[in-house]
Amino acid sequence: MSAAMPAPVQWDTAYNFAYLDEQTKRMIRRAILKAVAVPGYQVPFGGREMPLAYGWGTGGIQVTASVIGPDDTLKVIDQGADDTTNAVSIRRFFERVAGVATTEATEEADIIQTRHRIPEAELAEGQVLVYQVPQPEPLRRLEPREAETRKMHGYAEYGLMHVNLYEDIARYGHIATTYGYPVMVNGRYLMSPSPIPKFDNPKMRDMKALQLFGAGREKRIYAIPPYTSVKSLDFEDHPFTVQSWDDCCALCGATDSYLDEVILDDRGGKMFVCSDTHYCGQRRADGHVGPQGVPGVEEAR
Amino acid sequence: MYVAVKGGGKAILNSHELIAETRRGDPAVPELSTRQIANQLGLAVDRVMAEGSICDRDLAALAIKQAQGDLVEAIFLLRAYRTTLPRLAMSEPIDTARMLVRRRVSAAYKDIPGGQVLGPTYDYTHRLLDFALMAEEGAGAPVAPMGDAPLDEGMPHVADLLDYEGLIEPELADPEAPEPFDLTREPMSFPAGRDQRLQNLARGDEGYVLALAYSTQRGFGGNHPFAGEIRMGEVGVEIVPEELGFAIDIGDITVSECHMINQFEGSAEKAPQFTRGYGLSFGHNERKVMAMSMVDRALRAREFGEIARYPAQDEEFVLYHADNVEAAGFVSHLKLPHYVDFQGELNLLRQLRREHDERQLREAAE
Repeated sequence: MSAAMPAPVQWDTAYNFAYLDEQTKRMIRRAILKAVAVPGYQVPFGGREMPLAYGWGTGGIQVTASVIGPDDTLKVIDQGADDTTNAVSIRRFFERVAGVATTEATEEADIIQTRHRIPEAELAEGQVLVYQVPQPEPLRRLEPREAETRKMHGYAEYGLMHVNLYEDIARYGHIATTYGYPVMVNGRYLMSPSPIPKFDNPKMRDMKALQLFGAGREKRIYAIPPYTSVKSLDFEDHPFTVQSWDDCCALCGATDSYLDEVILDDRGGKMFVCSDTHYCGQRRADGHVGPQGVPGVEEAR
Repeated sequence: MYVAVKGGGKAILNSHELIAETRRGDPAVPELSTRQIANQLGLAVDRVMAEGSICDRDLAALAIKQAQGDLVEAIFLLRAYRTTLPRLAMSEPIDTARMLVRRRVSAAYKDIPGGQVLGPTYDYTHRLLDFALMAEEGAGAPVAPMGDAPLDEGMPHVADLLDYEGLIEPELADPEAPEPFDLTREPMSFPAGRDQRLQNLARGDEGYVLALAYSTQRGFGGNHPFAGEIRMGEVGVEIVPEELGFAIDIGDITVSECHMINQFEGSAEKAPQFTRGYGLSFGHNERKVMAMSMVDRALRAREFGEIARYPAQDEEFVLYHADNVEAAGFVSHLKLPHYVDFQGELNLLRQLRREHDERQLREAAE
C-alpha cells in the first residue's frame, strides 16, 4: 500500500456497495444494455423492493445503484432543485450506502438523478442522466392494458396517440399536453419522457449524455443513447412549441429557463424564479441580477 | 423578499426525531416489547408476514412496532428488508394434506373424514366488547381444556374426495412443469399463469382481495362458491441440499389454506364439473385465503372459456393493483412536489381561459 492510495470509500457496510447485491446489479445492467441497444424500448426487469416508497424514485435509484462506482460524483434533483426533500433524501441514501461524493453543480456530476426536469446547462459526453419514471408507457392513458400496448409498440401502431393530439387541436385549437409530452425515439419507439415539462423535450434530442429511465413500480427500464434523434410528436400545420413566459427570473433575470411561479401574498402577488436552482445560483454568482434579486447574495436561495 | 425553503435536510432529520417520540407515546406507560407483539397481536403479525412475504414472527413484530401498528407500513418495512436477503435454497412443495391441523372446517359436507375442527376462531363469539380485557391487572392466563383424543395426524383434502367420482376437476402435480414463476425476481407478465397469479394474490392487500371476492358474490361475477375446506395448522418445510441429494426437514410453519369449490356449466366438449379456487397464506389468515381462492377462481375465466365481464375476472386489473406496497407508494407520491408540472398546467389553463373569453367576445360581437 503506497501512501498515494486514495482513502477507501466509507459507506454503511451492513449493505453491499450501493445497496443492491451484485447479482441484482448485473441483472439491471443487462436490462440497461438492452435498453441502450434498442432506444426507447421499454425493457422489463426484475425490479426490487427498495427502502423507498414506490412512486418516490425506486426505478431511478435502482438504475443509479447499478451504474454508480465509488469514484463517481452524484447530483440529485427534484423539480429542478437540489434541496427539495426527496432529492435530499435520495442523495443521503447514496451517501450512506455508497459513500460517494455528491454535488449540486451540474457540470461536476458524473451521474444526475432527476425527477421532472432536465438541467438547463447542456450536459456533456460521459455524463449519465437518470430519470425517475412513474409511468413508462406513453399509451397507458389511451389503452390501460399492457398486453395491448406491447402489441402496439411491436407494430409501431401509434395512430391512437396522433388521434389523441388531434382531438386537442379540434377542441382547443392547439395541443394541450404540457408535461410528459410523447416523443418518438430514433424514428421507431414512442416514448414517455417522464413528467418533464415539454419545455425540456428539445434537450433530449442529440444529447451528449446518456439518458437512462427507471420505472420501479412498473418494472421497466428504457434509454436514449447519446446523439440519438428524439422528436416530439406534432403535425405539419401544428408544429411542436415549448412554454414561454412574459416574465424573467426574479432572482437572476434569466429569460431562457423554466420558471416556477411563487405566490407572495394572498392578493394575487407572485413572482417567477428558475426551477433549476443550480443554474439560477450560478447566474447570480456570475453577476446577473433579476428585478427582485440581491447582487452577490448566494444565500438568498 | 423571497427566500426559498432551504434546509429540507434538517426538516427530514427533525421529522425522524418527532416520529420516534410519537411512536413511544406517553413515557409513563410501559414500552411494548416485540415479544408481546409477536405473542399477543398474533393475527396482525400473521398478516404482515403474509403480505410482507417473509415467514418470521420476530421481524414482523419489529416492523409492527416500528410502524406504530400501521400494518401497510410494516409490510413495506419487511419487504424492503427481504430484498436484501440471499436466497439459500428453494423448498420442496409443502404437503398440506399432512398438516397438523389446528382448525379445519368444510361447508360442503356435514361430516368429513378426520372431522370438523373449529379450533381458535372468532366466528361464534358474539362481537361484544370484553371489558374484562381492559382490567389493569390483565386478563390472566386462560387455559383451554384438552380434547379426549388427539386429532388425526394427516387429513385428506375434502375437495379430493370428490375426485373419486370425477365430479371435480383433478388437481395433479405436473412433473414436467417448469420452475414456478417468481414474482420477487421477475416482473409481472401477461397472460399470467396460475403460479404468478397465486403469488400475487398471496402478497396482495387483504382488503383489496376481500373486496374483489365480495364483488363476485354480489353480481359482478357468478361462480357460486362453496367453502370446500378451510384449514390452518403446521406443515413441515423440506429442502434438498445439493450436497446431500435428499430432503431434510428445516422446520414447521403455520399456514392457512382454502379450497373453494365452484360450479362449471360445462361445454360441448366437457361435461359439467366442479372447479377449484385456491388460497394459501402464512399464518392464520382465514379471511385472506377465502377471498384469495374466490378471486383465483374468477381469474380462471379464460381457462374455462368464460367471458370475462367483471372486474374480478380481469387479470391485468386485479393483479396490477393488488400490491399495497406499490399502491400506497404511488398514491402517497402525490405528496411530493409537482410544481414544475403544475406550472405547465397553470400556463395552459390560463391560455385556455383567455382563448375561451376571446371566443365569447367574438361571438357576442357577431
